[in-house]
Amino acid sequence: MDDAHAMTAETYAASPTPVVRRALFRRRSAIPGFGVTLGVTLTILSLIVLIPLSAVAIKAAELSPQQFLAAAFSERALAAYRLSFGAAFVAAVINGVFGLLTAWTLVRYEFPGKAVINALVDLPFALPTAVAGIALATLYAPNGWIGAHLTPLGIKAAYNPIGVTIALIFIGLPFVVRTLEPVLRDLAADVEEAAASLGASRLATILRVVLPALAPAWLTGFALAFARGIGEYGSVIFIAGNMPYKSEIAPLLIIIQLEQYEYAAAASIALVMLGFSFLMLLVINAVQAWARRFH
Amino acid sequence: MTISIRSVEKQYGRYPALNKVGLEIADGELLALLGPSGSGKTTLLRVIAGLEFPEGGQVLFNDQDVTFASAAARRVGFVFQQYALFKHMTVARNVAFGLDVRKGKDKPSKAEITARVDELLKLVELDGLGGRYPSQLSGGQRQRVALSRALAVSPSVLLLDEPFGALDATVRKSLRRELRRIHDATGVTTIFVTHDQEEALELADRVAVLNAGQIEQVGTPDEVHDNPASPFVCGFVGEANRFDGVVSGGQFTAGPVVLAAPGARDGPSIAYVRPHDFLLDESGFEARIERVAPQGPLAHVEAVLADGRRIEVTVARDDAPRFAGLVKLSSRRSHVFAA
Repeated sequence: MDDAHAMTAETYAASPTPVVRRALFRRRSAIPGFGVTLGVTLTILSLIVLIPLSAVAIKAAELSPQQFLAAAFSERALAAYRLSFGAAFVAAVINGVFGLLTAWTLVRYEFPGKAVINALVDLPFALPTAVAGIALATLYAPNGWIGAHLTPLGIKAAYNPIGVTIALIFIGLPFVVRTLEPVLRDLAADVEEAAASLGASRLATILRVVLPALAPAWLTGFALAFARGIGEYGSVIFIAGNMPYKSEIAPLLIIIQLEQYEYAAAASIALVMLGFSFLMLLVINAVQAWARRFH
Repeated sequence: MTISIRSVEKQYGRYPALNKVGLEIADGELLALLGPSGSGKTTLLRVIAGLEFPEGGQVLFNDQDVTFASAAARRVGFVFQQYALFKHMTVARNVAFGLDVRKGKDKPSKAEITARVDELLKLVELDGLGGRYPSQLSGGQRQRVALSRALAVSPSVLLLDEPFGALDATVRKSLRRELRRIHDATGVTTIFVTHDQEEALELADRVAVLNAGQIEQVGTPDEVHDNPASPFVCGFVGEANRFDGVVSGGQFTAGPVVLAAPGARDGPSIAYVRPHDFLLDESGFEARIERVAPQGPLAHVEAVLADGRRIEVTVARDDAPRFAGLVKLSSRRSHVFAA
């Protein structure tokens, strides 16, 4: 293959046509329309993503640094961050475990009703979040179908941080499953057979061969579920109880600030969350770059 | 390690992959399982490896029944066509894997493992590349890693499934010689699967030719090539011109073609003649030369017979000028089978 490359390079160098010189300025592509598509892409990205996001920063900049810190890191805001980040993290960990199991089951086994389960996994993507929130709140409320059985055990599963976590587990599951599935499907059976023929037990094969191969996709799915959980609003507010300092999530606090016409304070909290989202994106990209090392 | 395969049967759905296959492999032998795709050769290899279990019959290692023993218990080294390397491990960790997963007192010390890995990488001429990841290696290098990983556990048998199938021609050739060298150096009983007859004939001590789930012939490369036991072997191993005709009184006739067939039973028959077994002969049958294509020291000649049938003839390059226009041919050797 290296030889083939070397030959192409030589052919280009020897070629006297002016096309080669133009390639130095703009790479010629066999697919026309580069200018138009890039232009449209940049316009839409600006209108939908970049300008609104910079508006958040500009609005927050109306405050002095002290005012900003007071608004973004008040006791109430800190409690809200703690709940949002904490519940999202716990939910993502739980999704990491059950999402892996679900993906494994869907890829490795054939069973009746598999298509239905496959479709159910996508339900949190498709279902309006408010519908999910109301359904979960009704089920897990102390008098709900599930909640009624938990109350005698001393577990309160709604209107507190546990309720928030339950809603976030529901929302995040498909992210883990759908990220892991293609990687798990591509994991060739012969790699596991190789491990077995070398004397590895089934457990050792899974721990040392299968899971490490899945790790990058698993981390990506985890980070996606986590990021989604931090921003989730619709499904959470119905089951959270929304008590300040206790079960009030950060996105809700933004709404509350807006309703009180505290636009700059709302933007400050929004800016903190925006910063965290960027951090998450950075982590996801770093994980994927690390994974490319092997592929 | 001697291996006995006794009337092994295996079915995929209604289609028999192995149909009462029997085979004896001697200690230290290098055996090729040769056949077209779907002939059952890979299934047979996987049954020997313990990656697949037969529905009937027995597999014996040194007279011990291992028919249903796991791959690990059989201590086989298996090399896959697509390498099957662990992508997230370095070359050295890949090679060390089989020793690493051992437990308790069976597990060698770290220093012993490192020494063994170095020794194996040297054996396959990859010393110094232990720190690389498989994705940083060429196809040929990856297959060498797979080979040394399989050898690391000192297997009693080395099994290779189309080991050179995914490689290009020059790499394939050099790796083939290397496998022979490694086999001779380690003395481990080796079985490899291939659909490439040239590979099987060049590399193996003995060749087992499979077709449709059955072994058609087992023999040394010369035996299989020169004395094919069935029409299938004749057509699959080496090139051959096929003639459908009739045997009568020790003579085979198909249109203008007349071949000596001593001992063949009278009746409809199929004859095979290898391209290099034709020669110029004034008492032979008439052929019109269509094309002469020199290829290295040989020349491939295309000829048309009186009844329009085409044959292929291979001659020495120096003799090629004599093959022009109308010539008379006969055959040195032919293989005649009852149809």
